[in-house]
Amino acid sequence: MERVIYLDNAATTQTAPEVVDAMLPFFSEHYGNASTVYGLGSKSKEAISKARETIAGILGAKENEIYFTAGGTESDNWALKATAEAYREKGNHIITSKIEHHAILHTCEYLEKNGFEVTYLDVDESGVVKLDQLKAAIRPTTILISIMFANNEIGTIEPVEEIGKIASEHGILFHTDAVQAFGQVPIDVDALHIDMLSASGHKLNGPKGIGFLYIRKGVKIRSFIHGGAQERKRRAGTENVPGIVGLGKAAELAASTMEERTAKERELRDYLMARVLKEIPFTRVNGSRTSRLANNVNFCFQFIEGESLLIMLDMEGICGSSGSACTSGSLDPSHVLLAIGLPHEIAHGSLRLTLGADTTREDIDLTIEAVKKIVTQLREMSPLYEDYMKKHV
Amino acid sequence: MYSEKVMDHFKNPRNMGEIENPSGVGTVGNAKCGDIMRMFLDIDENGVIQEVKFKTFGCGAAVATSSMATELVKGKTIQEALQVTNKAVMEALDGLPPVKVHCSLLAEEAIHAALWDYAEKHGIQIEGLEKPKNDISEEEEEEEY
Ligand SMILES: Cc1ncc(COP(=O)(O)O)c(C=O)c1O
Ligand code: FES
Repeated sequence: MERVIYLDNAATTQTAPEVVDAMLPFFSEHYGNASTVYGLGSKSKEAISKARETIAGILGAKENEIYFTAGGTESDNWALKATAEAYREKGNHIITSKIEHHAILHTCEYLEKNGFEVTYLDVDESGVVKLDQLKAAIRPTTILISIMFANNEIGTIEPVEEIGKIASEHGILFHTDAVQAFGQVPIDVDALHIDMLSASGHKLNGPKGIGFLYIRKGVKIRSFIHGGAQERKRRAGTENVPGIVGLGKAAELAASTMEERTAKERELRDYLMARVLKEIPFTRVNGSRTSRLANNVNFCFQFIEGESLLIMLDMEGICGSSGSACTSGSLDPSHVLLAIGLPHEIAHGSLRLTLGADTTREDIDLTIEAVKKIVTQLREMSPLYEDYMKKHV
Repeated sequence: MYSEKVMDHFKNPRNMGEIENPSGVGTVGNAKCGDIMRMFLDIDENGVIQEVKFKTFGCGAAVATSSMATELVKGKTIQEALQVTNKAVMEALDGLPPVKVHCSLLAEEAIHAALWDYAEKHGIQIEGLEKPKNDISEEEEEEEY
């Protein structure tokens, strides 16, 4: 089989060989439980500390502010639910945005059913949260602002520093879902006034099912998973040592290669974007053109449907994703595409391509040719295209 | 997620395209996810479907069901074509995932819409054919925006 051109790195990434190598001994040789007293266990303990130190260093945080979890979803759930519980005395109002990941949105819906009030901020047409709306939404009862660092579909990077400032000026906690941003953009939790931050291993060439929540010292949220005394009694359960080691290694690699890697991704991404816009008519790019993850591009091709496009790309060995209603399972197009104001039929034709560290120029050239061919084929099949051409040509 | 038959019809759609001056043409939309299917029929004086073409804006299942539906009605009489239900189309395709069942309804509706158009053009009534719920693109949405 030919090599797969993998352009779905926002969904998940390949685990880097160095990461696998770092993890393997913690399955076989160093399998000890980190809570034990003997030497075998202390190997595990040391490895966990090292990973924690690495991650804290990248964020400008302290080691005891990093808590390992089973991934981005758990971190988001923990941050929101535990804050709601711990700060209930102060108030019952939470502010988030309409373009959050479902790990945030569905958690907010759950909290709404339990007596909390949630404001879902609008975004502008490029997906940036409206700051004046944020300021206006703040109430004396607001206990938490949770806005994602960067959006997983359209790649827009939110004005996190401004949001953090607004939150801290009002004495409100600020959580950010940085699952897409950690390892892709520099993050300093102090400079950005971040109180809590979620991240996940498998988005940065680390393993799946492991992540962390940064919790600023002084934030009084309690344990979400009850049991043993692991993670300073805030997250029970025998540590996923290989996962933690892998996450630490992946974070180290991501941080040390960030500048070079994202520069390369950005160049390829811009080339991809420019050629597709020039060579395929009735195409638009979704998301911000300036404040955007280096590896993300999101197109809408008018008159065609995204799932068909994805299957045909797959037949050419290319992996991408779409926010089309037909791929959602729920029959509604992506909430993110709707939030930036796209009508349903345009959102239908969306294609997200997310580059990775080893994406090459050749991959991109092959992808452009495949997309051109497939979009043309699908338009020939499309009654909407037929109607448009009859009306306008 | 799709059967081999579905993939085959998706990859090599049968009878894709248009018929100029068709005996009947019908367009239906799916209020659920906004997909659109158009069927063109050429029906001879004996009421036999000689030619059929489709165009579809929709997912893999929508394309495959349109393609299969055209195969099932081609060469059939109008009455026979009316028996081609979405269930029959799905069975012919070795089934569809549950979330895709609604897509196969489009194919049945589109055939009915094309037959309705044929009947109207010829001032005839086709027994057992009800006015299809078609152009849902008009009745569609509003509330969803
Ligand atoms: C923005 C964002 N938040 C949360 C998640 C969930 O992370 P995980 O898959 O580690 O649970 C993802 C990834 O799917 C994401 O992109
Ligand atoms: S046509 Fe939309 S899901 Fe099949």
